[in-house]
Amino acid sequence: MESNTRSPLVTGLLLAPAGIFFFFLLILPLVVMLVFSFGERGAAGGYVPAFTADNYLNLPARSKAFFNTLTLAPLGTLLTAIFAFPMAYFLAIKVPAKWRVVMLVLVMAPFWTSQLMRYYAWIMILGSKGIPSWLAWVGIADVRLLNTQTAVLIGAVYGFLPLMVPPIYVSLEKLDKRLLEASADLGATPWRTFWQITFPLALPGVATGSMLVFILLMGDYILPQYLGGGKVFFIGNALVDLFLQSRNWPYGAAVSITLVAIMFVTVFFYMRFVLGKTDQRRAALV
Amino acid sequence: MRIYATLIYLFLYAPIALIVGLSFNAGNQSMVWKGFSVAWYGKAFSNPLITEALGTSVTIGCLTALLSAIFGTMAALGLERTTGWVKALFEALIYIGILVPGIVIGISSLITFVTIFDLLNPMLEQVGLFRLQMGTWSIIATHVLFNIAVVALLVRARLQGMDRSLVEASEDLYATPLGTFRQIVLPALAPSILAGALLAFTFSFEDFIIAFFVAGPDVTLPIYVFSAIRRGVTPEINAVGTVVLMTSLVLLMVAQWVLQRGERKG
Repeated sequence: MESNTRSPLVTGLLLAPAGIFFFFLLILPLVVMLVFSFGERGAAGGYVPAFTADNYLNLPARSKAFFNTLTLAPLGTLLTAIFAFPMAYFLAIKVPAKWRVVMLVLVMAPFWTSQLMRYYAWIMILGSKGIPSWLAWVGIADVRLLNTQTAVLIGAVYGFLPLMVPPIYVSLEKLDKRLLEASADLGATPWRTFWQITFPLALPGVATGSMLVFILLMGDYILPQYLGGGKVFFIGNALVDLFLQSRNWPYGAAVSITLVAIMFVTVFFYMRFVLGKTDQRRAALV
Repeated sequence: MRIYATLIYLFLYAPIALIVGLSFNAGNQSMVWKGFSVAWYGKAFSNPLITEALGTSVTIGCLTALLSAIFGTMAALGLERTTGWVKALFEALIYIGILVPGIVIGISSLITFVTIFDLLNPMLEQVGLFRLQMGTWSIIATHVLFNIAVVALLVRARLQGMDRSLVEASEDLYATPLGTFRQIVLPALAPSILAGALLAFTFSFEDFIIAFFVAGPDVTLPIYVFSAIRRGVTPEINAVGTVVLMTSLVLLMVAQWVLQRGERKG
């Protein structure tokens, strides 16, 4: 493109504000946190410079938070994908074209509205005056839902379905419908067509959605705080405790760095294997 | 299939409907219906803590939207003009900005601000100047960081899908670069810039976790809602929540509509 030959000064000025923000509010804080994570806790909390790996060696002290996060986040992601897939399939294949976008936006919209209020509503729905009281009315007494793993998983599907449906929808909508017809013409059962054509072609969408949801779920605070109620807590809850209550900043920094590291490893594997494979598959199809 | 889709919509919207419904409840027990009333709206909007928090949140949202729209668009335009490592670096930064969880952005900004203030404040005090502390400005700064990335992605997508021939025609007809930008490029990008600004406002208006760490003494509406829920709520919160939920739903629909229309035109 011709504009590449234009003044580098203008290019620099265009990129400068974003660069300044990225440096001072993203890179610098992450570096500060990395430095802190090797420091020691001051007598009154905060940070005292030091160079020690103690904070990392102490990570097992919060193993419950890591364990909950690393079991419930993948499980929540899987459940979200399972519930999202039929919805995406319905929107992409069954709904008339002119309604598709509107209906998809309706699925996505709740994600952008107040997370606090939506999970607060779920406290009421799952709390003792909500579903458990209806169940008691039909004779199933003493069901506890709020502050359980089940509640957190319901919350995960509820919160992240809006984010999981669109990427699956996109990959299904691109799918060449003639492939389905061809498969049917060649005598495949609908079941077989689904597993051999539709599902494999939708996999990149499922992978993209799962990566997004997994990452956001791992860093979540409000969901475990409200629906886990201190009994089922995530790394996010441990972080709030470490920074605002016990004021053990160096240890909190080590926990944060570990969380970020897990995320980057996830993204790395996603790019390496999923994106890499889709390219190959696309190449094979062409 | 149709039944399944209906159930999913019900699942997604029932909690929102519950909040809206309860905000019109005359009684003050949250789950017991005592008749229709708008009293809680009156109560909420005559509570100075709530109106002040609302004002703070709207200010932060508007400034975040404005700054991220400008800087994000500039970044997208700048990225089009670069190649090599600068481009790769900025692309990586945009994705890192989006991927790093809000809680980590909040925490790392908090410790960085506090560290910098501890260094600078003694000096500033000696020369008798103001003291630095966190507040509205630090919330705006962290929100703008995240939203620059969002706007840049949206605008870039549009820029790449743009019809180059118009730009070339304009250049052939001896328009100045600035003239081409104002008359051709900017109008074509406008829908995605506007949609980006609306998304930035919505994000900023809803954000709790980042503001929770960097707000200093200031209180945004989500921070107020969080502490009200923690204290045990009055139905006032349902009224506030309804306003918040509806604001963002409407803004979102507008953003979508703007984007769709822009695509059809382009």
